[in-house]
Amino acid sequence: MKIKQLSIFLQNRMGSLSKPLEVLSDADVNIRAMCMADTSEFGILRLVVDNPEKGKEALEENNFLVKLTEIIGVEMNDTPGGLTSVLKVIKDNEIDLEYLYAFSHDKAEKAILLLHADDIDKLISVLTDNDITIVPSKEVYTL
Amino acid sequence: MFWNEEIETMPRQDLEELQLKKLQATVKRAFDKIPYYHKRYSEAEVFPEDIETLKDIEKLPFITKDDLRESYPFGLFAVDIKEIKELHSSSGTTGKPVVSGYTEKDLDTWAETIARGLTMMGIGEDDILQNTHGYGMFTGGFGVHYGCHKVGAAIIPISTGQTRRQIEIMSDFGATGLIFTPSYGIHLGEVALEDGIDPKDFGIKAIGFGAEGWTEEIRQRVEEIFGTKAYNIYGLTELMGPGVGVECEAQNGLHIAEDIYYPEIIDPKTGKVLGGETPGELVLTNLEREGMPVIRFRTKDLTKLTYEKCSCGRTHARMSRITGRSDDMIKVKGVAIFPSQIEKALLKIGDVEPHYMIIVTRPGTLDEIEVKVEASQDIFFDGVKEMMAIQEKIGKSIENETGIRVKVTLVEPKTLPRFEGKAKRVIDERNLH
Repeated sequence: MKIKQLSIFLQNRMGSLSKPLEVLSDADVNIRAMCMADTSEFGILRLVVDNPEKGKEALEENNFLVKLTEIIGVEMNDTPGGLTSVLKVIKDNEIDLEYLYAFSHDKAEKAILLLHADDIDKLISVLTDNDITIVPSKEVYTL
Repeated sequence: MFWNEEIETMPRQDLEELQLKKLQATVKRAFDKIPYYHKRYSEAEVFPEDIETLKDIEKLPFITKDDLRESYPFGLFAVDIKEIKELHSSSGTTGKPVVSGYTEKDLDTWAETIARGLTMMGIGEDDILQNTHGYGMFTGGFGVHYGCHKVGAAIIPISTGQTRRQIEIMSDFGATGLIFTPSYGIHLGEVALEDGIDPKDFGIKAIGFGAEGWTEEIRQRVEEIFGTKAYNIYGLTELMGPGVGVECEAQNGLHIAEDIYYPEIIDPKTGKVLGGETPGELVLTNLEREGMPVIRFRTKDLTKLTYEKCSCGRTHARMSRITGRSDDMIKVKGVAIFPSQIEKALLKIGDVEPHYMIIVTRPGTLDEIEVKVEASQDIFFDGVKEMMAIQEKIGKSIENETGIRVKVTLVEPKTLPRFEGKAKRVIDERNLH
């Protein structure tokens, strides 16, 4: 159920994003979704890929600092208000989200929202209780 | 102008006789009264009666900052605490600081060296001296203060900081002499200029500067800004404080008060004594100190000595500007920092010793220090908040260890240069040497 996301430490300087992406491309690892958190000096590149272990290995071989982080993906309606309804459930249950990013799904009218919280198990149970569909990790990797 | 013409212009032969007498007395007192020297000299099988000529000083072992630190706080005092009138301590060094104790007579001797220096600079009883050196455990402030009293000039004990107030006082009180670190002096001058005040209009007669490294260019800049001459003052807490050496009007080396401090230059690697005009590490001995005689202290400062008589008429040896260190100490904002302190601070954060680099710059007139640390698994988290907290924590830890604030930058693994053998941890871009 939980998705293994790659978190990569990068310095904030010109061109620092291209090297890890090249490494993944050479290792034949495909990127499904990405987001970048940055400060003036450093950034954390977060990637969902088709093969997280392979991706991590290739990056580490090239001296990158990588962590596998667990996140979850939920399915939401790709219509106005789709995101708000999911966030309302999370907020009402007082879960502090660390970050989120989203991308559209192959399925018609659906989008996938990727979420990270400190207490990810609580997040899962709250979402399940509120009948929000959690996308199996395999489905995300092989989109 | 001389403060103590007889001593300062004494023929070298007489001076050396005086030095020998004082050295013999100092070694005997140290041996008799301080267990450290008794033990060290007995182990080396050298005794006070072995000092028959000045050259015999070479038989005595050196004393280092570590030795002084191990005697913390009062282990090297030769007198009872009731004789001690003042205590000072060195700034920001690893482990325990070095303590310096002064008897009444020591304070007078200290003042004497500064009085000679101020007189060299042309400061006398008609003058008003603004002392921007910090007052406190740092010896810079009080050393200058006592010397100023001795020459009879009025002192403004303003200490460091509050730049605009400094400028106001300087102008309103009509200061004729200034004491500052070169970088703070330039800063003061530039702030005045920004405010539309030309420091040349203050009518400053002389500037004394010290407590940090400088170049001829920095001196020229200071002299240009204030429209007067700037003289270098050298000293160190271990030996007493400022006043070990001061420049005369010739600005051609600092006269060491040789009847008070005995200077030697050694090869820092072999410890062998080198002659005049040869660059090496300065070693100093107190010839006139009751409270805490320090004999053959390795300063780690690189310089050279000349014994040639100066055009000013003084016969005391002159040391050239400090051109570097024989260890890896750096001075930032007047504070001494060793890479080992940064290392210690970093080890408190993670389990493994991180690879790091210290970069010292002077973008404007003031020093900045940046510590680049390679991020590693144990200090990497998938959250900006956590990473910022790590940076902050490293900064705090370094501040605790060194006493100064630094900029911490986390960099990617294996991006800092690697060295074979001894790592070069410091990049000093200030071009001070």
